[in-house]
Amino acid sequence: MSEPVQDGGTLDPNRRDFIYIAAGAGAAGAAAMTLIPLIGQMNPAADTLALASIEYDLSKVVEGQQVVVKWRGKPLFVRYRTPKEIKEAQDADWKALRDPQPDSERVKPGHEKYLIVVGVCTHLGCVPNFGGGEYGGWLCPCHGSVYDTSGRIRQGPAPKNLLVPDYAFLTDSKIKVG
Amino acid sequence: MSEHASTYQPKSGFEKWLDSRLPIARLAYDSFVDYPTPKNLNYWWTFGGILSLCLGIQIITGVIMAMHYTANSALAFDSVERIMRDVNYGWLLRYVHANGASMFFFAVYIHMFRGLYYGSYKAPREVLWLLGCIIYFLMIATAFMGYVLPWGQMSYYGAVVITNLIGAIPVVGPSILTWLQGGFAVDNPTLTRFFSLHYLLPFVIAGVVVLHVWALHVVGQNNPTGVEIKSKEDTVPFTPYATVKDGLGIVLFLILFSVFVFFAPEALGHTDNYIPANPLVTPSHIVPEWYMLPFYAILRAITFDIGPIPAKLIGVVMMFTAIVAIFLLPWLDTSKVKSMRYRPVMRWFFFLFVVACLGLGWCGAQEPAQIVFKFGADKLGEPTGINVTTVAQVLAAYYFAFFFIIMPWIGLKEDPLPVPASISEAVLAAHAKKA
Repeated sequence: MSEPVQDGGTLDPNRRDFIYIAAGAGAAGAAAMTLIPLIGQMNPAADTLALASIEYDLSKVVEGQQVVVKWRGKPLFVRYRTPKEIKEAQDADWKALRDPQPDSERVKPGHEKYLIVVGVCTHLGCVPNFGGGEYGGWLCPCHGSVYDTSGRIRQGPAPKNLLVPDYAFLTDSKIKVG
Repeated sequence: MSEHASTYQPKSGFEKWLDSRLPIARLAYDSFVDYPTPKNLNYWWTFGGILSLCLGIQIITGVIMAMHYTANSALAFDSVERIMRDVNYGWLLRYVHANGASMFFFAVYIHMFRGLYYGSYKAPREVLWLLGCIIYFLMIATAFMGYVLPWGQMSYYGAVVITNLIGAIPVVGPSILTWLQGGFAVDNPTLTRFFSLHYLLPFVIAGVVVLHVWALHVVGQNNPTGVEIKSKEDTVPFTPYATVKDGLGIVLFLILFSVFVFFAPEALGHTDNYIPANPLVTPSHIVPEWYMLPFYAILRAITFDIGPIPAKLIGVVMMFTAIVAIFLLPWLDTSKVKSMRYRPVMRWFFFLFVVACLGLGWCGAQEPAQIVFKFGADKLGEPTGINVTTVAQVLAAYYFAFFFIIMPWIGLKEDPLPVPASISEAVLAAHAKKA
């Protein structure tokens, strides 16, 4: 192939190089742009994203019991703790735990008897079983993570405490989650 | 062998016409009729053909079941039950497909251990081995997504646990997890994308199988001596010798397959998967399918943090490293001798490795805190001793040591036995010994 020649008759190899690079960069850019919808379609759709908040009447829960409510596709544990369970949760040496947090940060002041957590094990997402494990909280059936009566991780592979969702007391016996 | 010259002779006018336009009959003849195979191949070499058959069975039964299956979280479970109860021969097709996955893995594990024992991964077969590893990885992905489709309790929590592995990646993990699940939990968007990919991946596997066979035909088959083919004396033609041998292997394999399909179709499954998926209740004991248990045991064996790295992340990394190690094998083995027949020290480590893999599989199916070796009892009368997690930790340590310490080190230290000069010589010597 002969070298490109400008009108004036002088050699200009840079012109062809520029076309190659510009065409290559354009094609690479276009390919990258194509990936945006192809990858983006897998993210949650608008209907999935539409946030749902729920209200729940706590008077349905009796002492020592746990009710499981579905919230955003996940189980939400609503637990009415016994005085013994509350005492154990408060007396634990929380500073030595894997994910240190006092019980007071995990419940609403004045409502210590109610513990509300997302019922998804922080290890790999299973639903822990109520009352299992030696701390009387929960035991995850999948890989043996043990949570205490404050939903804090005590044993096993899970790295974090059970998540406390954003919620507020509307009345003394009614909460709004989310 | 790459040097193998074509001996195909088109006979009829049509064959000549086609051969000069698309020499497909020539390719088939040279690859599966006249192809020279080492004459000492044993029955461990029949699993390549068996695996091709397995892929064919899975694709045919799978495509048919897709005609009756509905990929929707509200309808999937019932559509599978309809296949079992109402669709003509649906029960048969589904049991063949479900047990076919297990048989596929059974055959692939034998195929892989055979390659490991006879050094089939060593030069010049590294690319052949890597392609095989890719096929195995794709098989795991396909089988996992297929297991989710019936949308039973095991399906659902299998999907939850495996997708949550991604969440262990620091910083970007949770975003990728949401992207993968298509929501904030495993739900309908997860099911529909798994169905799409479960349908696609077998054809990707078929494509890689073509590359695998191509690579095999470039470098030629390994054989029990590990000595390369040196002359025509060392070989026999693929047909009838290898075809008949593969045929017998396939018949025996199909008998075992039929025993499962017709007499114990649920022996390898979990009854909990006949309970529709419930996001609010996890079954009391969840386990993956048997063919993933060793990796699952490695994942669970990591119960300790290392400095700032949480146990969860280490477990996930170790599980993936266990698979990556298989890919690296050609460069981890330092021995010049291929076949472990002539490696008196290494072969014992190999047998121990097989035991460790089976042991890890057993550990993966047990409760982590269950006591394996009892030493007395505690105050409440509960037995104490070594539990499943500890046993899995020891076996996992051996698994990694085998690849990253024993393989490189023994290869340098070991005195191998004398290797025969050629395949032919080894065969004649064996005959003389018998006589």
